Amino acid sequence: MIESDAFVQALQDMGVNFFTGVPDSILGGIIAELMDRRLYTPAVREDEAVAMAAGAYMGGKIPAVLMQNSGLGTSLNTLISLNVIYRQPCILIVSWRGQGGKDAPEHLVMGEVMPQFLDTMKIPHRTLTEKTALEDFKWVAETFMKQRIPLALFITKGAVRGLHP
Amino acid sequence: MRPEQGTLISRAQAMAALLELLTDQPLIVCNGFPSREVQKLADRPMNFYMIGSMGNASAIALGVALAKPDRQVVTFDGDGNVLMGMGTLATVGALRPKNFVHVVFDNEVYGTTGNQPTISNVVPLDKVAKAAGYVNVERVLDRDDLVYEFKEILKKDGPSMVLVKVNEFAEDAGRIVLDPPEITKRFMKAIES
Repeated sequence: MIESDAFVQALQDMGVNFFTGVPDSILGGIIAELMDRRLYTPAVREDEAVAMAAGAYMGGKIPAVLMQNSGLGTSLNTLISLNVIYRQPCILIVSWRGQGGKDAPEHLVMGEVMPQFLDTMKIPHRTLTEKTALEDFKWVAETFMKQRIPLALFITKGAVRGLHP
Repeated sequence: MRPEQGTLISRAQAMAALLELLTDQPLIVCNGFPSREVQKLADRPMNFYMIGSMGNASAIALGVALAKPDRQVVTFDGDGNVLMGMGTLATVGALRPKNFVHVVFDNEVYGTTGNQPTISNVVPLDKVAKAAGYVNVERVLDRDDLVYEFKEILKKDGPSMVLVKVNEFAEDAGRIVLDPPEITKRFMKAIES
């Protein structure tokens, strides 16, 4: 399991300096760490978070947006009619609720289709694991710089330490 | 018939008055006719024109304002956009960025799609902003008051909102000329310093 502070540090080392989003339990440890470091700007909806991140990017920041995968649905139009067409990159840190069909009913449909859903939208994605973490972060940095569009790093349950270990 | 109708200026008239008062402020303009009208009236590199992502004008402006805390950031918004992203009034009210200036051109219709009514005739968006925590909020009906209040608000710490009631008239203004990636590049370069 990756420690929350190591996760946040890896993003900061990459240059990420604007964090916003809407919480999820899987992301609880990361958000607590970001709040400790006074780096987190809470949003009320995921599309708002994505748009704030776009503004921050244009103001010179490297932005990341945290959300559970339900938020991909909420922010879809902003992602494609703002970030993608305007070439405004952001790092989406997305918790994979409903993975493997084991979760509350509201998460099961998105949990099953999420990778194909992002493939359809041509949003690059990758799943973080402890073993491949270094390569995963490298992929995030390279994709951000090269493609200049949003990319998603999926966080599965237990991959990064949460609030309640 | 709205009680205020008949005496109102157009959105383009209101915008023209405010554009004259801008100096080095980045300006984020919401999608639809507002962006087209600003492009026609006073195009400048520091203008960011939205063509999609309706409802997100104030959130984009908030992101710029947070990234550039020493720079006053202005957004030209519409009632339909504000209603669609009304949660952002709360986010602005909670974060209280001093450099955030929100202008709402309220014509009570979705102009770009054929003047279907919004609900801003019965939901006073200025009062929503005030309740959410905006520090300075003004509601104006004519050009002189608009110019006076906007000048005052530019001198004050925000977040601030000026809501101006406008009529439904839309200028004959063409689509946004620049490609979206060019809008991003031009805007970023203009606000870099």
